Amino acid sequence: MIEIKDLHKSYQMGKNSLHVLKGIDFSVKEGELVSIMGASGSGKSTLLNIIGILDEADSGTYFLDGVPIKNLNETIASQYRNKFLGFVFQSFNLINYKSALDNVALPLYYQGMGRKERMERSMHYLEKVGLADWAKHLPNELSGGQKQRVAIARALASNPKVLLADEPTGALDSKTSYEVMELIQQINDEGKTVLIVTHETDIANMTKRIVYLKDGQIESDKLVNQIRASQYV
Amino acid sequence: MFSIERWHEIFEGLAKNKLRTFLTGVSVASGIFILVILLGAGKGIQNGIQNQFEQDATNRISIWPGVTQKEHNGLGIGRRIQLRNTDYEIATILLEDYIEYKSAIYSVWSGNIVYKKETGTYRVEGVHPDYQFIENASIANGRFINQSDINNYEKNVIIGQKVANDLFKNQEDPLGAELNVSGVIYKVVGVYTDPGGEREESRVFIPITTAQRAYSAGDRIRSMAFTLNKGVDFDQAVEESLDFTQKLENLLKTRHNIAPDDQGALYVNNSLEEAKNVYIITGGVQAFFWFVGICTIIAGVVGVGNIMLIIVKERTKEIGIRKALGASPFSIISMILQEAVFITVVAGFLGLLSGLLVWEVIGPFVEADFFTRPEVDFNVAISTLVILVMAGALAGFFPAYRAAKIKPIVALRGD
Repeated sequence: MIEIKDLHKSYQMGKNSLHVLKGIDFSVKEGELVSIMGASGSGKSTLLNIIGILDEADSGTYFLDGVPIKNLNETIASQYRNKFLGFVFQSFNLINYKSALDNVALPLYYQGMGRKERMERSMHYLEKVGLADWAKHLPNELSGGQKQRVAIARALASNPKVLLADEPTGALDSKTSYEVMELIQQINDEGKTVLIVTHETDIANMTKRIVYLKDGQIESDKLVNQIRASQYV
Repeated sequence: MFSIERWHEIFEGLAKNKLRTFLTGVSVASGIFILVILLGAGKGIQNGIQNQFEQDATNRISIWPGVTQKEHNGLGIGRRIQLRNTDYEIATILLEDYIEYKSAIYSVWSGNIVYKKETGTYRVEGVHPDYQFIENASIANGRFINQSDINNYEKNVIIGQKVANDLFKNQEDPLGAELNVSGVIYKVVGVYTDPGGEREESRVFIPITTAQRAYSAGDRIRSMAFTLNKGVDFDQAVEESLDFTQKLENLLKTRHNIAPDDQGALYVNNSLEEAKNVYIITGGVQAFFWFVGICTIIAGVVGVGNIMLIIVKERTKEIGIRKALGASPFSIISMILQEAVFITVVAGFLGLLSGLLVWEVIGPFVEADFFTRPEVDFNVAISTLVILVMAGALAGFFPAYRAAKIKPIVALRGD
């Protein structure tokens, strides 16, 4: 699903160039649930942004579902994001003047789907994350956990190949974190490929594979025995 | 491209951000409103000024004598010049080609006029029938002096509306009434109005022949007044009137032994030259209001551009989210622009309507010496609105374009 070879990325910080990713070789197969861990500044978020076509690598190759991701213009990039990827952010990034339902429907709007079908599909995903009753509420009327579940529903709505989550539990207490992880595990059980960036070991242990990043390089990459989040809930 | 779906999305955005929508709308609407008010006021002042100078025919030329200031042919300084009927007759024959209307004038300064118990002091002028058109007077009732009045020395008088109001109380009909004008009884045959207002209407006219005979003037006249045949255009009219004035002056100077360069012996008033000044003044007033109006539009455009910048800035994160979810740069730009154009059109139109409404409602009540009939050219107002909308869209385009170019992670990071 994801094929990355010798990926480099540096940022220009004033006069200094900050080399963030120093040759990453990384691949993910369909149906995997992978967590990327590392200290802050290790380059884990940068890697996720490049995988999410939110950022572009300086060199190296990246294939997403067999499609080379290289030198895309913004219009194509946005189409790929819409088709291939679903995003979950630490700070939820819901549009605060839109109801939960409308937020979930937004990627479908950009797919050009008709209003009626869009709303039905969004409602289905809200039901899936257990928030059907909250469909008409604005984000600021929802708790953190609920917001993140709306964001997950939104990420799933366009039926992407890969779900990318950047510290999805970073702004949540541990109980809600486990609820969110339970949801993510469910989604993965249904066959969806999921990538999570986190610095919390307990969250990482709920995935099937942990990749450690250190100073822009992969330090270790190992399969783990998944801990089901449901036992904590 | 311009689908109902997108409009739905835009209306949702506008409806959910009521304060932002309202403020943007108010700033645009007030800009247009001020512009309409300004243009209306400018037009009102222009009309007012033109009104003030409409009291006489715009191509009127008057000539009256003074006192010589230069010796000529052995005649000394300080000689008072007296115009006579023959001067008038010869002038009208020699310069016939130029003349449209003509009249000699013998005025009796401050005639005391009595009707029954009412009395008043008004200027009394003996004139020819054409004088009505030279004065730009219109007959409200009855008639003006005619040729038979002149020929038969009729004791008929035409009075101004002000005179009629003063002397004939209780809605009495002035026509046929007998007035005592400085000791001589006249019959009122007409009442006139004059666009110059009360000052011009507090005069009475009698046949010049009657005036000369009744007040023992012999063949003396005080002045002459003419209007000229209208030229093809304004500049030609001015040129011909100067030409005519020159010839008339030369004629009278020769006849009265006045030095050609004597400035005091004859006075000429050429209202066409005056009119030219009026046109320049009103042109200046108009130019000023246009200048202010254009500045207002520029301020409006800058304001709209500024609001667009703030909106884009405020929505950077939202734009980042939308892009992460698959919004193309084009869809971002068109969303922001469509919103902006929609607000400016609606708000601008409301401002336009309320401005027009203000002039429609209060316009008729605003009447002053230099301010009448304020009005706004609807086409001008509409085209200003179009300019404002286009400029607003242009001003909004650049921030929108920049926002659409921002990488989604940069947009998402900022909060």
